[in-house]
Amino acid sequence: MANTQSMCTSFMSQLMLGEHQLGAATLVSRTSLTAPTTDTLKAALYLTTATVNAATTAYSASNEVSGTGYVAGGVTVTNATAPTSTNTSATAGVAFFTPSASIVYTSVTLATAFDAVLLYNSTQSNKAISVHTFGSQTITAGTFTLTMPANTTAAALIRLATT
Amino acid sequence: MLVTTTKGDMDDSLLEKREGTVDNDNETTTWVEYWLDGELVHRSAHVTLKKTVTLASSVASF
Repeated sequence: MANTQSMCTSFMSQLMLGEHQLGAATLVSRTSLTAPTTDTLKAALYLTTATVNAATTAYSASNEVSGTGYVAGGVTVTNATAPTSTNTSATAGVAFFTPSASIVYTSVTLATAFDAVLLYNSTQSNKAISVHTFGSQTITAGTFTLTMPANTTAAALIRLATT
Repeated sequence: MLVTTTKGDMDDSLLEKREGTVDNDNETTTWVEYWLDGELVHRSAHVTLKKTVTLASSVASF
């Protein structure tokens, strides 16, 4: 088994259904009819023996890391920047989103190797968004930091692009 | 400098420090370890993600 970096397939159709609201939202919808509702995103780490990939539909504790200082479900993702869209030509455009701060697991001991993080929407029934992989790691009485790529058309963590 | 270890906070002068970097198309990762008498007592890692995940969209023609 292995983890595979991918946007989660279920997330794609959920976008069309308006089930996710990323960033500093101003849209009044769903849980509140009177005030904007920004979803809470979370990031959970998975062991190298897990299988999280495009087919992952929701957060699961199965094969999630465990250890001192790590809370099941992972940490809340700072989600302050709204998605951006821009036209790159008359027929093409890109929308993109990147969490607005690094994802940090502080003072943890994670003795079993892990190599993936699942980004998911805890406000919307823990629905999966994307899987990101990296080289296998362990942490001993230390801090694991995931720094985000630049929030640009080419480098953002999540991109929707016309073809 | 004090380092958090499995044995509590310790001055880094008492510890052996090992560091490393991995840089490839997917990530830039740095890690630091502190060892005490052959035992790993601290390991931290910092991963900078490089790769985006992209949903390609298109519309059908009539």
